Amino acid sequence: MSASDVDISPEIKVKLYTMMVKTRLTEERIIALYRQGRIVGGVYTGRGVEATTVGSALALEEEDWLFPIHRDLGAHLAKGQSVLNILLQYLGRGNGLSRGKDSGIHCSDTRLNIVGNVSHLGHMIPVAVGTAIGMRMMGKKVVTLNYIGEGGSNIGDFHEGLNFAAVQKAPFVLIIENNHYAYSTPTHKGFSAKYLSDRAIGYGIPGHHVDGTDALQVYKVVKEAVERARSGEGPSLIECLSFRMVGHSAHDDGFYVDKQRMKEYEKKDPILRLEHQLQREGTLDDTLIASIRNELEQEIEQATQVALDSPLPEAEWATEGLFAE
Amino acid sequence: MAETTYLQAITDAMREELQRDPRVFLLGEDIGIYGGAFKVTKGLIDQFGEERVMDTPISEAAIIGVAVGAALAGMRPIAEMQFADFITSGFSQLVTNAATLHYRYGTAVPMVVRAPSGGGIHGGAFHSKNPEAWFVHQPGLKVVAPATARDAKGLLKSAVRDDNPVLFFENKFLYRRIKDEIDSAEELLVPLGRAHIARAGGDVSIITYGSMVHAAQEAADKLAAEEGIEAEIIDLRSLQPLDKEAIFAAVRRTNRVVIVHEANLTGGIGGEIAALISEHAFEALDAPIKRVAGLDTPTPYAPVMEEFWRPNADKIARAVQEVIRF
Repeated sequence: MSASDVDISPEIKVKLYTMMVKTRLTEERIIALYRQGRIVGGVYTGRGVEATTVGSALALEEEDWLFPIHRDLGAHLAKGQSVLNILLQYLGRGNGLSRGKDSGIHCSDTRLNIVGNVSHLGHMIPVAVGTAIGMRMMGKKVVTLNYIGEGGSNIGDFHEGLNFAAVQKAPFVLIIENNHYAYSTPTHKGFSAKYLSDRAIGYGIPGHHVDGTDALQVYKVVKEAVERARSGEGPSLIECLSFRMVGHSAHDDGFYVDKQRMKEYEKKDPILRLEHQLQREGTLDDTLIASIRNELEQEIEQATQVALDSPLPEAEWATEGLFAE
Repeated sequence: MAETTYLQAITDAMREELQRDPRVFLLGEDIGIYGGAFKVTKGLIDQFGEERVMDTPISEAAIIGVAVGAALAGMRPIAEMQFADFITSGFSQLVTNAATLHYRYGTAVPMVVRAPSGGGIHGGAFHSKNPEAWFVHQPGLKVVAPATARDAKGLLKSAVRDDNPVLFFENKFLYRRIKDEIDSAEELLVPLGRAHIARAGGDVSIITYGSMVHAAQEAADKLAAEEGIEAEIIDLRSLQPLDKEAIFAAVRRTNRVVIVHEANLTGGIGGEIAALISEHAFEALDAPIKRVAGLDTPTPYAPVMEEFWRPNADKIARAVQEVIRF
C-alpha cells in the first residue's frame, strides 16, 4: 500500500476538521485562562500544526499507543482525551489526570494508551519504542506513534531510540514536527540536512516528508506507515513541515520569527485549508461548519465551568504515590 | 545444597524468574551468545531464545528507555548495564522517566537495571564506579546493593517482582570471590528495604553494604582477635528504601558508629545516614560518627594508587579504634 492508495471516508474528513477546530478553540480558551491568571504554569500551543497532530493521531486504532509532545493537544483530543481532563490538568485541580502533580499538556492517560511527554521531549523516544516492542511481546498487533520537534530531533536519544526500533523492526512511527523554530533557534542553526526525514536512510527505514499543514496528506502518509508497522515491516520516520504561528510559549511574542515566512504560512492555515478543500468537494458546507463550531463552543464552555468548579488538591498529597505499593 | 558464587546466584535468580513469569525478559549489550561481559547471562539465550534474552546496540539510553516502555506495556524487563559506569549514558531515562511516572500518574514501572559496580579490579576511572548515591537522591527509584550470594539471589528475585524501577548494584569484585550454600529448590526472596546484622558485637556498629561488608568482616575479626573489640556489622542491603529503624536500633545498642562505603565520600550515602542518626538518635551516641569511604577523586588505575584510594580492613579498623577511644 502506498500513501496515495489510502482512502479517506467523508466521516473521517469531517472528524479531522472537527478535531482541528476543537484543538484551536480549546487552546484559545487555555490562553484566556492563562491571561486571567487561572493557569499558572507554561502554556505551549500548536497553532499552525493542527493538521500534523490531528491528521496523524486519527490514523491510529483505539489500541495503538500515542506519545505526543508539548504542541500536540490535537493528538490528545484525536486519540479520545476530553477537553475537561486537559483543563483540569492545566488548572492544577485535584480530580485531574495527575491530581495536580503534573503541569499543562503533559497529560498521561494509560486508559487511552496515551503517555504524556516529559519536558526532555527526545527522551520519550526510547520509551515509546519500548511500548512498541513490549506490546509485540505481549502478543498484540498495535503500533506506537511518537512525535518530536525538529529541534528535539538533535538530542542523542533520537538516534538511540530510532536505531533500536529499526534493529528490532518495532511497530513504531516517529513524526518530526518541523515548525522551523526550536524556541528561538531557526533550523539552520540546528541542523544542516535539507530534510530531516533523510536521516531514515541511516537507519535503513523509510523516510517521508509531507506538507504538515495539509491534514489529508498527513493522514494518508501516517496511515500507510502505521499499517506497515502493524504488519511487521518495521518503523518509519515522517517529517511534517509546518510553521509555528505563535511564540514558543504564551510568555513569548516570537519577535525573532521571520515575518515574511509567517505571512506565507498564514495563507496555509491548516484549518482554513481543510475547510476550503472539504467545501470544494462538497463534504462540508456553511451550515455544517456552523453547527460543528457551535457544538464545540458549548462543549468547551461547559468543560471550563466544570473544571473551574473542581476542587484543588490537598497540599499533603505532595508526599503520596511515589511508589507503586 | 550447592556452593553458589555471587555471580551464579544472580544467573540463577534470572533463570528462575524467566521460568516463572513469561513477562520477564532481559536486554543488554553482548548478553546473548557471548553471555555478557562477565558471563552473568551465560546459557540463558539457549534456554529462553533471543527475544527474551535480547542483544542490543550500544545504547544505554535506549536500553533503559525501552525497558521503561516495555514495563508500561505490561512486561517486566531486566536491563543490564555492562558496567555501572555506563549508566550515566542512560541517566535521564531513570531519573526523568522511570522515577516520575508513578508519582505523576499512578503508572507502575516494574523494571530492574542490573549494574556491575565497584573497583578493586584495576579497571580505572570508567570501570570501577559506585554511582548509587546519585540514584538514591532521585525520589522514585529503589536501590539495592547485595553483599552475599544469598542476598544477590534473593534481592534480585524480589526486585523483579517489585512494581517499581529497581537499580540492582551487583559488586563485580565479589562475583567469583564469595559463595554461599544455596538450595536450588528454595524460593529465596529477600525483601527490599530490610537491613541485616552480618556480625554481632556490642562495642561499635559498622554500617555498610556491598563489597565493604567483607572488608568490615576482616576488620572486625582482627579487632576481636588483637584488641578484644567486638564490632557489630549492619549490612544495609537496600539503600532505597533505607532500613532506618535498623540503623537507629544499632546506634542504641552500641552507641558508636562507623559508616563505610566504597563510593567516594562527599555526597555519598554515609553523609545521609550520619544526618539521620544526628536527627533521630543523637542522644544514644557516645562518640562522633566516623565515615570511611573512597577518596574524592576518580578511581585511579595503578594498583598501588587504587589500593590507597579504596577503603579496606585497615582503614576501617583505624576508624573503629578512633570512635572507641573517643
